[in-house]
This record gives sequence, C-alpha cells and structure tokens, in this order.
Amino acid sequence: MNRIPSGCRLHLAVEADGDGAHPASWRVSGRPPAAVLDVPALRDTIAYAEAAGFALVTFADSPLPPGTGRDAAGRIEAGVRAAYLSTLTDRIGLAPTLHTTTTEPFHLATQLASLDHASRGRAAWVVGATNSAEALATIGGTGPYEPDRLRGEVSDVIEVARCLWDSWQDDAIIRDPTTGRFLDPDRVHHVNFTGGSFSVVGPLITPRPPQGQVVVIAADTLGVTGQVDIALVGGGDLTDVTQRARRVREDDVPLVFAEVEVLLDATEPAAERLAALDRASPWGATDRLRHVGSTDGLTTLLRQLAAVVDGVRLHPAVLTVDLPVLAERVLPALAADRLHVAPVAGATLRATLGLPQPSNRFVDAAGAATTS
Amino acid sequence: MSQPNPIGYDPKARVHLGLFYTGVGPQIVWTDPDAAPHTHIDTFVRVIQTLERGLFDAFFLGEGLRVRENRGRVHALDVAGRPDAITQLSALAATTTRIGLVATQNTTYNYPADLARRLASLDLVSAGRAGWNIVTTDNAWTGENFRHGGWLAHDRRYERAGEFVEAARALWASWDTGAVATSGDDESWLRPGGARSVERHTDLVRLRATATLPRSRQIRPVLFQAGDSPGGRDLAARHADVVFSANTTYDKAVAYARDIRTRLAGYGRAPDSLRILPGTSVVLGDTEAQARERAAWIRREQTSGPRAIAFLEQYWGKDLSGYDPDGPLPDIDPTPDELDPSRGTIPIELRTGKLAVIARWRELAERRKLSIRDLAIEVAPGHDLFVGTPGQVADEWVHYVRTRAVDGFNIVPQLIPGSVDEIVDKLVPELQERGAYRTAYEGSTLREHLDLPPLEEPA
Repeated sequence: MNRIPSGCRLHLAVEADGDGAHPASWRVSGRPPAAVLDVPALRDTIAYAEAAGFALVTFADSPLPPGTGRDAAGRIEAGVRAAYLSTLTDRIGLAPTLHTTTTEPFHLATQLASLDHASRGRAAWVVGATNSAEALATIGGTGPYEPDRLRGEVSDVIEVARCLWDSWQDDAIIRDPTTGRFLDPDRVHHVNFTGGSFSVVGPLITPRPPQGQVVVIAADTLGVTGQVDIALVGGGDLTDVTQRARRVREDDVPLVFAEVEVLLDATEPAAERLAALDRASPWGATDRLRHVGSTDGLTTLLRQLAAVVDGVRLHPAVLTVDLPVLAERVLPALAADRLHVAPVAGATLRATLGLPQPSNRFVDAAGAATTS
Repeated sequence: MSQPNPIGYDPKARVHLGLFYTGVGPQIVWTDPDAAPHTHIDTFVRVIQTLERGLFDAFFLGEGLRVRENRGRVHALDVAGRPDAITQLSALAATTTRIGLVATQNTTYNYPADLARRLASLDLVSAGRAGWNIVTTDNAWTGENFRHGGWLAHDRRYERAGEFVEAARALWASWDTGAVATSGDDESWLRPGGARSVERHTDLVRLRATATLPRSRQIRPVLFQAGDSPGGRDLAARHADVVFSANTTYDKAVAYARDIRTRLAGYGRAPDSLRILPGTSVVLGDTEAQARERAAWIRREQTSGPRAIAFLEQYWGKDLSGYDPDGPLPDIDPTPDELDPSRGTIPIELRTGKLAVIARWRELAERRKLSIRDLAIEVAPGHDLFVGTPGQVADEWVHYVRTRAVDGFNIVPQLIPGSVDEIVDKLVPELQERGAYRTAYEGSTLREHLDLPPLEEPA
C-alpha cells in the first residue's frame, strides 16, 4: 500500500547522545569532556530541544562503551537518562535505545511501561539489536547471531513487549470494597508467549502504559517494520531514501522517518568546522543522509523529504553548536511553512504524532469470542 | 527492655529511617478513604518529597517479578502494579536532591554487567544517592517470565549472588579516578588504560564487559541485603553496607545484631561498617488507646473476609470460596502437597510441613473460638508494629538505637500517603527533640546519610 505521507507535516526528532554525532564533538562542545556523565548537560540539552519544539528525543546506547577511548568512552544507560528527564519535561517524547539481544525481554517491557507512566504517556523505544561478539559477551553469550536468527529474536522481543503492555486492561484496577477486590482478575492476563528462544508467561508487573502501547521505533534494516510505529530509513541520497520509504510503507508502518545527520554553518562555515573535527577523528560513512552546509540548504532538503516521509530524525554533529542553529534558523522556517508544529504541554507522544490510541488485544479477543 | 546493655551503649546514636514502598501485598490498605492511587507518578513524587522533608535516609522500592496469583488466577484482593525500580527511581531523582534511592534487584534474573550499569547510571544521575537491595529468587514460577528461568538450584542462589555482586563491584571500580580528559585539546577522551575490562567465567557468572561509567560521588551504590537464612546473613556480612531484617522485636533484634556482627568480624569488617534496619510499621495516635484502636482497624482491613479465605486457600490447596469467613474453619482436609508458591516468596520454614501448621491452627481456633477471619488476623504474616503516641514510639526507638540493637528502621506504610505524613509530621519531631535524629541533611550521598565509613578510593 502506497500511502501518502501524513502530509503538510514533518515530525521532528533529535538524537541527543553524548556531545553529538561527530566522534570528535567532545573537543568543541564548550563544556568539560566529562560533562556527558553528569545530569546538568543532559537537562540543558533536552530542555533546549523541548523549548525548540522537537516532538521526540532519542538516546543511543550500547552495552559497550561508545568509543575506544580516543573519543568518548562513557555514557549513562539510555533508559535511566530518559527516566531522569521524564519528570522534568512535559511535551517532548523520550525514546531510549534498549537492546533486544542483551536484556531480558520482561525487564525491557517493564522499563518502557514505567517510563510511559513516569512521563505521562511520552515514552518510545528505539529497538536496538546489537549483535557483535563483544556486546553479546557482556551477558555471557556468544555471537553474533545469524541474520535470520537475529531477525527472529528482535521480532519476538517486540511481540512479547507488545503483549505484555496489553496484559493489564486499562480498567483492571477496580477498587471494589463490596467484593474486597482491588483488581478484576479477568482483566489481567497471562500472555503465554513462546518465541524461538524464550517464553514469557506474564502478565507484566506494571499496569498498562498510559499510551496503551509505547511507541516502537526501528530501523528498516532490522526487517521488523510490520511490528513498529515508526520506521527509520537511511539512504545515501534522496532517491535512495525515497525508495526505502516506499518499500517500508508496503508493511503498513504508520510513520516513516528519514535519518539525517547535520553539521551546519555557525560562527564558522560548516566545511571548516567539519575539516577541523575530521582532523581530530574522521566522521566515518554511515547509512544516513548527511547535510554539511547552510541552514537554507537543510531547510530545502527537509521540504523535499516532507513529500516522501512523515518525519526526520536529526543527528546534530555537535549538540551545543548545531542544536541552537536548528532551533533558531531551521525549525522557525519549517514552522512558517506549516511543516512543523510544536507539541503542546501534557500531550502524549501518540497524540503529538497523530497515532491513534491502540485497542487492547485481550479485549479484542474477548469481544471476538463473544460475537462469534 | 530492662536487660543490661548487651551489645554496648551509644548515647549519641541516631535513628536512620527508610521507607519501603511495597506496591503489592496486603500491607497497603486500599480501602482507606484517603488512599492515593499507589501506581501513579504523582503519588510517588508526593511521598518521596514528604520523606525528604522528613530527612529520611532512603526511599526503597521492592521487587516482585510476577504478579501474585491464587490458585492459578491473578490475586485480586491486594494492591498490585509496580514500576521497574531503577526507571522509577531515576524519574524520582529529578524531583529530589538528598534522599537515597534504593532499588531491589534480583541476582537470579538479571545479567550482572547490565544491572551493574543501570545501577551505576542511577548513582550518577542522583549524584551518589543510589542503593541496591540484593535479592535472590529460586522459584521456577517467577522464572517463567525470563529467558533464564528456573535454572538455579536453591542452594546455589547465594553463591551466584556472591559472584554477581563481586562482578558488579569490579565493574564499578574499573575506571581510574581522573581518567577522563579535562579539555578538548587532550590527546584522548579517556586516558589509555584508564578503564579495565572485567571477565568472569564460572558456571554461575559469565561475562566480559567494560564499564561505561566512572565512580560516583559515593564511589559505588550502597549495598543492602535482606536474606535471613544463614546464606543471606553471610552474604550480608561479606558485601552489604546495610541489612534489612525481620528481627524487629527487641530480643530478636539483639540476637540478630550479635550474630551479624560476629560474622562481620569474621570477614575483617568493623561493626560500624554495616547498618541494621529491620522492617516495621508504625501506627500513631494522640493517645495510646486511640493508636491501638487504629492498629486494630488497619489489621482488620488488611485481613478482609475474602483475603482470609484466600490465605487459607494457599494452605488448603482447595477452593474455599463456599466458606463463610465469619464462620468456623473449613471442615474439609487440605491437599497433601506443599504450599502454592504463586502468592509470592514463601519463607523457607513454611515450605514444608503445612499439615502440621494447619493442625496447630485448628487447635488454636477451637480453643479460642476463632472464625476464619479471626484466625487469619491472628496468624497471617504481618510486620511487627510499633503502636502508640509519637512520644512513646520515639522513646522505644531511641532505646533500640542507643543499645545498638538496630541502627534504625525500614518502615512499611499501611496508608498511602497517611502513614508517611504522620511519621514525618509527628514522629520525626519527637525523635529530634530527643537528640536522636538529624535536624538537617549533613551529607549529600546515601552513604553519608547512613554514617557509613567512607570507601577508600583506589588510585
């Protein structure tokens, strides 16, 4: 099915790990290198992104250090970062990367449901699938998984998380003094999930998240777009991104976001900034669009992308430099085009993104059983 | 209370307080008309901010990795629904500045490097206020929610816990102090060799990992341990900074303190390197009579008719819903099999011999003419309570800490937020008046609040 993108609107997400997407960003951040291991920097960055009107902030993560030591080798676990920010923000979506391969699925589902409660419905999950021998060794595993096995594992973890988020119906807590019942046991369900390599009985220990289902985000390359709310597509150029967006829409994914790395003209021209950073550590090739240049050029690119995708995830090269430029020059230009609208206080992430409140599979199943 | 000072006397000893926000189980009286929704983030924020106003050492979250059941169905009568502890405490770290944040986390169903990293992360975002209450589980019923389910033999769970904690501690100590660059002009972000990877290859713990975080302001999370079995006590003496215990009555507390301090000495540790905080609950009143009346009301609410029936069903192994909770004990015989584990952790002494327990109950009910509900009120497990006026309870607690029987208490509230409000507003001032409670936070880390000796920071 070739759906038209959500039209006249480009949702804006920003990746906020460390000092930025460029490996040498820590050298020019204007704050001490160790600041990424403390909360003031984190708080300032997200407060800034929220005030600028981003719909969503994502936090990259890995069980391994982010770099080898020449560049940043430390970071706070992403779920903890997102949770810490949940009570300090009121409109921006919070999306930690949690890895399907190196965590217990039950804990992962509980952590995300808890983040959704703490943020009053602003949790999302960037599905991670770290698969190196080094990453799997952190949990005593051996690897990597073969591609089919990996795809199956990722798919199973998403599926069981979704089942667990439905395992408490919205109206499970009844507090009925006449029967002495706090819960209605018919509204809290075992999930009895059996996957390729593990099984989970359930239910979750946490009531259903306020959004019903946490917003699930995954790269198109993981092969699970049929199970997610937002597919992230990379690509070397606009044509490539367009083709990949078209392909994932065949899986009926509700939203498609393009991945765009940005390094912008600031007090110094972008090309000079890049050259200086690359002298310290080269910015290796990635599977994402990369814009190094003017804000006008980026605005033009984003207008073109708005015809192809529903949103973009921006990866600022240096957060303390490129995020302010985005906020002051690019977002206002998109807002003037009505391509960008800032979220409103108290809105759930689903509401901000125009995703419907999902029904509950256990209620649906009961309804189907009654009508048949 | 008249015995001579059995284990020393410290006139300057102060009461350390924690609050254990249980989130499940019969302790919380949800029928209280003033009860706040215990799963809502606003309730957590309100409770923890009240505790911080009351200068508490710590706020604790428990853990239960499967929703409790009664004969195969979700147990409907108690409050249930709790967040992931580290996630919730990270959210609460941003709403508080001083109080300690303690997460109960299992060594059976976690990966050591993953959990160590999440705990270290909480410790950093809270600027040194994190604690880890180390627990183990061995029942396969809980394990059904995990990749690695009922894999661990009971007698090896503390062995695994010990190896797990050692691996976590190695990871927390793996970054050299001052190893991170101080300027963007430095050669590298991390000084070469500034972080060591940690490897373990035993049949219980396998990992190869490099920490992504340096030490926190308190060096590492404070370690709590609650196990009362010899294995648990030994783990506490080896690794813990704080022990919870169920030994709340004075004589038991004294015996426990003596035992644990003997074990400590065996590991070359000083008596003051371990704080003892037994669990308890508090019911206050303007008069002693009023407090007793409230305590009786709470106990009755905690033991509703349906709960009394469900309590017996766990032992009988049969449907008893046809019996009147206000009538005599069931006239049918229990099943011969052992207790159903699905209502939560069963203490080791109750895992066998339920028929003897039931026989004792029958005899007790017969002799004292007790109904099912009366019997449950009498015998269902509950916390040892302190009941009285704020002044009476303060006097008792001061005696406990000055005679070194305990270092304080970990309070299980029955009313949320009622219990929290009254302890902070009425009991804390009485303790302060007696010179047995801080009047302001003096330190910033959980370790400092607990008056634990500073950790030596390796170079």
